[in-house]
Amino acid sequence: MNHSTDRPVFLNLLRIRQSAMALLSIFHRISGILMVLALPALVYLLGLSLRDAQGFAQAVNLLQHPVARFVLLLLGWALAHHMLAGIRFMLLDVDVGITRAAARNSAWLVLLVGLAVLVSLFVFYWLPGVLS
Amino acid sequence: MSWRAAAGLRSWLLQRLSAVYIVAFLLALVFAWGGESVPFDTWRAWVAHPLVNVGLMLFLLALLSHAWVGARDVVMDYVKPVQLRYLVLIGIGLALAGLAIWSLRIVLLVGG
Repeated sequence: MNHSTDRPVFLNLLRIRQSAMALLSIFHRISGILMVLALPALVYLLGLSLRDAQGFAQAVNLLQHPVARFVLLLLGWALAHHMLAGIRFMLLDVDVGITRAAARNSAWLVLLVGLAVLVSLFVFYWLPGVLS
Repeated sequence: MSWRAAAGLRSWLLQRLSAVYIVAFLLALVFAWGGESVPFDTWRAWVAHPLVNVGLMLFLLALLSHAWVGARDVVMDYVKPVQLRYLVLIGIGLALAGLAIWSLRIVLLVGG
């Protein structure tokens, strides 16, 4: 078979310029996976914080560690993005904002609000904890 | 539609109903908390309150069901070999079931 060589023979997802909808969707997955992976640690902290006063102090202490704060920063973004993207998907389910232009705008809105949450958490939550 | 034919619809519905409960509970949590630092006794008494206790257990069930449907969707999209797919799904299912029992036990023990 003769194929011209400049024609793509496989799809390299990293070389395709993704639409806002595609980015929103893949970040919806990534944020969901992140939060699922965090569940064991979160349940452990819930148990520790409810055991007794010492356990509570220990849990609060653990959450002050820069690495823990960094994980919480990521989880904060993950929750914000996942929730907003999820609300957007449910609105699309009932045909709200279903036109291509509206869906593209809402996808950008969710991506940008997610980014704003990430940057705000970094500047106002993570950095002060590391600098103090 | 038969029970089996509606399997996808059930997952779809479960994902949305659990999502609504999760968001509602988180908003109520933030509203009740108000951003101040809370001492241990207040925290524990709050979780022990019957309404919070039951609401929190429902939240954990909604969250873990939501995680199961989502994780299963991701696995079905990326893990193609059937045997490996079932192995991964069994692993995730056991882990989430374990988390459900562990977390419900924590909340139940506080509620008495």
